[in-house]
Amino acid sequence: MERKTKIDAREGKQDLLITREFDLPLELLFKAFIEPEIVEQWMGTKVLKLESKKHGSYRFETTDPKGNIHGFTGVIHELVPNRKLTRTFEMENTPFGVQLEIYDFERAEGTSKLNIHTIFESVTLRDELLKLPFAQGINFAHNRLQDVASKLK
Amino acid sequence: MNLRRDVFQAIADPTRRAILVLVATQSMTAGAIASNFDTARPTVSKHLQILTECELLEQEQNGREIYYHFNAKKMKEVADFVEPFRKMWDERLNKLEAIMKNYKPKK
Repeated sequence: MERKTKIDAREGKQDLLITREFDLPLELLFKAFIEPEIVEQWMGTKVLKLESKKHGSYRFETTDPKGNIHGFTGVIHELVPNRKLTRTFEMENTPFGVQLEIYDFERAEGTSKLNIHTIFESVTLRDELLKLPFAQGINFAHNRLQDVASKLK
Repeated sequence: MNLRRDVFQAIADPTRRAILVLVATQSMTAGAIASNFDTARPTVSKHLQILTECELLEQEQNGREIYYHFNAKKMKEVADFVEPFRKMWDERLNKLEAIMKNYKPKK
């Protein structure tokens, strides 16, 4: 399958850019970021609060397979319907710091495009966060190996 | 917290990156590698141990000498470390697209 989502993370920079084109009208794409029930579905998270307006705040929660709860919070700095969403993002109780996220929505011929520009507190924090899914993948594989190994004993 | 050696921890150190660059062109013994650095020999040995533990280097016994090889396959894995992050976003946004394609306004 074609890779639709692109990540641009230059070495030594403290930001990254996620770009993606959608086979959706711009209005529907934008809606998916401001309606709590829709965010819940595609983010796979509980939306406890989402005030989609300038200076509004939000709070999401997910529960991992071990039953631990992870909180995600932030404040909306700017919201221009169908054009732009600027907000902060923070994973609670993690060392990743606060990220500034700028969502830029673009209209195309019957389709739409989204650019997410994320700015981190430092280059190190950006790299650590980028590695997270990679590290988790390795950890899962590692744990599975340990499970198998322990059964062999 | 276990002391699992990870590849990123390994290449975060400038001396270890320099060792990888050296060994990438030819297999070398620990002594030959150490002679390229001003650092104390035990320090270089420690770096070699870390690089070996995370499989960026492989050891091969040749007579009485141990040669260090560069494991290019592992390095490729490092180059691809952004891929799981991209995949995570791709899956998430695919889901968004699918949901919105079936979206029916309420009322």
